Amino acid sequence: MSICARPLAKLALAGAAIVATVAPVFAQTGGNVNVYTYRERGLIQPIFDVFTKETGIKVNVISAGSGLEQRIKTEGANSPADVLLTVDIGRVQDAVRLGITQQVKSDVLDKTIQPQYRDPAGHWYGISLRSRVIYASKERVPQNAITYEELADPKWKGKICTRSGQYIYNNALFAAFIAHHGEAKAEQWLKGLKANLAQRPSGGDRETARDILAGKCDLGIGNTYYWALMLNKEADRKPWAEATKVILSTFKDGGTHMNIAAAVLARYAPNKSNAIKLMEWLVGETAQHMHADANFEYPVRAGIAINPTIASYGTLKPDPLALSAIASNKAAAANLVDKVGFDN
Amino acid sequence: MERWPTRTSSNQWVLTGATGAIAVLAAVLAITPIVSLIVIAIANTGDLWSHLARYVLPVAMLHTVMLLAGVAAATTVIGVGTAWAVSTFEFPGRRILTWLLPLPLSFPTYIVAYVYVDLLDAFGPVQSALRAIVGWRSAADYWFPNVRSLGGAIFVVSFVLYPYVYLAARAMFQTQAAQLAEAARVLGASPWRLAYEITLPLARPAIAVGLALVLLETLNDIGASEYLGVPTLTLSIFATWLNRGSLEGAAQLACFMLLIVALLIALERYGRRRRAFVALTHQGARLSSRISLRGAMGFVATLACLVPVLLGFLIPIGFLVREVIVRGLLIGFDTDLVRHALTTAGLAVVATAIVLLIGFSAVAAQRYLRKQAIAACVNVGSIGYAIPGTVLALGLMSPLVWVDEGINALARLVGGPGTGLLLAGSMAAVIVAYVIRFLAIAIGFAQAGFARIAIEFDDVARMLGAGPNALARTIHLPLARPAIWGASLLIFVDCLKELPATLLLRPLNTETLATYIYQFATRGNFEEGSLAALIIVAVGIVPIMYITRRATLGSMMRNRP
Repeated sequence: MSICARPLAKLALAGAAIVATVAPVFAQTGGNVNVYTYRERGLIQPIFDVFTKETGIKVNVISAGSGLEQRIKTEGANSPADVLLTVDIGRVQDAVRLGITQQVKSDVLDKTIQPQYRDPAGHWYGISLRSRVIYASKERVPQNAITYEELADPKWKGKICTRSGQYIYNNALFAAFIAHHGEAKAEQWLKGLKANLAQRPSGGDRETARDILAGKCDLGIGNTYYWALMLNKEADRKPWAEATKVILSTFKDGGTHMNIAAAVLARYAPNKSNAIKLMEWLVGETAQHMHADANFEYPVRAGIAINPTIASYGTLKPDPLALSAIASNKAAAANLVDKVGFDN
Repeated sequence: MERWPTRTSSNQWVLTGATGAIAVLAAVLAITPIVSLIVIAIANTGDLWSHLARYVLPVAMLHTVMLLAGVAAATTVIGVGTAWAVSTFEFPGRRILTWLLPLPLSFPTYIVAYVYVDLLDAFGPVQSALRAIVGWRSAADYWFPNVRSLGGAIFVVSFVLYPYVYLAARAMFQTQAAQLAEAARVLGASPWRLAYEITLPLARPAIAVGLALVLLETLNDIGASEYLGVPTLTLSIFATWLNRGSLEGAAQLACFMLLIVALLIALERYGRRRRAFVALTHQGARLSSRISLRGAMGFVATLACLVPVLLGFLIPIGFLVREVIVRGLLIGFDTDLVRHALTTAGLAVVATAIVLLIGFSAVAAQRYLRKQAIAACVNVGSIGYAIPGTVLALGLMSPLVWVDEGINALARLVGGPGTGLLLAGSMAAVIVAYVIRFLAIAIGFAQAGFARIAIEFDDVARMLGAGPNALARTIHLPLARPAIWGASLLIFVDCLKELPATLLLRPLNTETLATYIYQFATRGNFEEGSLAALIIVAVGIVPIMYITRRATLGSMMRNRP
């Protein structure tokens, strides 16, 4: 033990001092709410800041790209998590399935959010919407309407770009396809889509637009808000958006594939009332405007104007498919992607 | 066998006992996440496993093996080639190049991946210039290699990680290989014959160790392969966990990955066989005269050594600096960055201190107690380095919570309030992960450090009546100082760069520089994190320079268990 004990002790003390000085101060007048979030920190933090200003409740955050449900589950009864903010209905259902959520009874939430974007049992509430659509080359794609089914048409051979088929947004779209057409047809469709890809799936939705500008492909699959972010907020990517147009693609017998960002109340939330306050506040007018104008999402609250860029895509006709049907086909979609070797 | 005669007082025994206990602790720490993972993996996953085995595992294995093979080949050629060149020849710029060659190590691999995608994509400077020169109108008019590919991943990973091989090989070329080479040269052997018949065979054990480190790091990578679209085993573990919500399936794949790790370690051991002839003569072993290369040959040598430095370090650094300037990141300085930098440094310092304490104590126990069991514990303690960060975090979560629940139960038993998640909900979780992952470095350095101290010193000291305490203070500690410094610097840098485990385990309101960059990266805006990336690299350069100077890396690796 004596080995290097003294310099080590000094070192440890120094480190502890650094950690202590940067450790967050937890005392705040309105108390705390602990949020685990998949929403990008940069997008969600401004919203939390306004919340804290209005309510005096401090928002403590862990943001990550993955694994938060499992973490909350493992942390068990002592978990500090109050609210989990998550994107993608599949993930939302995973949280419920893992038993890390609890029911919320809130008239505010029930009245504000349309029934299809919340859980009847109150385990999850949608706070904003996005759809997964087509980015098409302005130059090379004359048509202004397209169905998801059409993406497997051989006429697009070597002309489509997309990110990994296992990425949650593609996963949800494929799951929706299974819900519409069944697994066998979905497999045929995925094979067709795979055969039409210009390159191995990679990158993100933004890169899809870039590859269209570069002439590598004519069509790409992307979320509605990425295109708007590139056009309005990311100067160096503006040309990527400008080279493409957004087509609100639909299922042949349905509408545009929708997905949600949602909030759930953690099962062992230590600050339950603050957590519900935050959830209610997130669907309030201020936060919904921020979701619409800063993040370019579709608001869940009626009467909030859609951002002009998003509105310019055309009139959205949301797919009537129940979100739960998407979630329940999520694993099947992941299996199909492996089976047809979509990412290989 | 007992090392301490009857004259040793009882508190000396407490001390040796404590080091022994620490050696056992090291083994327990390292084995915990693996056991936890296996427990998760043996759960029944229905027909998921058959699906994974049929569709996921073959593809993932194939890509992982190809990535490893490509990286192994490239890093061997680059690392051994450059090390041999700077050790054997004299050519313009050689001195500076010996300093520059190890520096790519200061980069986290994923950052270099982002840089090269930006540089080489259709709108990057390279292709734009190409189009302007040749007159092509769009990227569809010509073929250009895609960085987002297996080849791209091999390129990026190799140019970041070759320094492990370089440092190991160079340490060898400088020392005992040099003496034999000298003799062979006197007898008229050509440089090429020298290389094939003397230098390379002698350097093989060192190269094997360096290569093993490279391949373990490659397996650990998730950021680069994800961004470059290579479906490796690590990525498949993630996809299984996330898209099927199956931690069990992920754990099963992770166990498979541990098999690969075991295989790599076995290969390394095989590569290091018959290392007994490797005796390190510390001083005066440098090649007394290098062969002078003049004219074109000198130029070729300079160029050959410059290319890895350029691709692995200078170009990425230039890119980051440019982004910092263009984006005004210094002017519009994000003040949170100071907090994150302090958090990162604090975590790294605490973890480094603990790792050093455990690693050096455990190796001391190995020397003082001379028990097979202790040696085995020290060996087991080293395996943490082979556990990829993601897998480590997955396996670590549950045991941490169990300990916390135990503490809670105790607290309630004595009538106190619940203590919450003391470990799992605090920085302690991150620190434990760092300690497990980087313990092997401390153990390796400690063994190398102690190996240099002749056992006769111990005996003489003992005869003069010194106990382990006095021995440690007056002999071992001063003589092991370079090893302690080398280890602490390397561990510190690795802590700074660590991403996957930190991401999964960090507490509320906590970001490190690596997670800060990652947030921008997931948003497709990694350039906004350029300043943070530069800080990581800048801090990393210092230790790497230090290690280069002492060339302790090579010796530490030769003595790794």
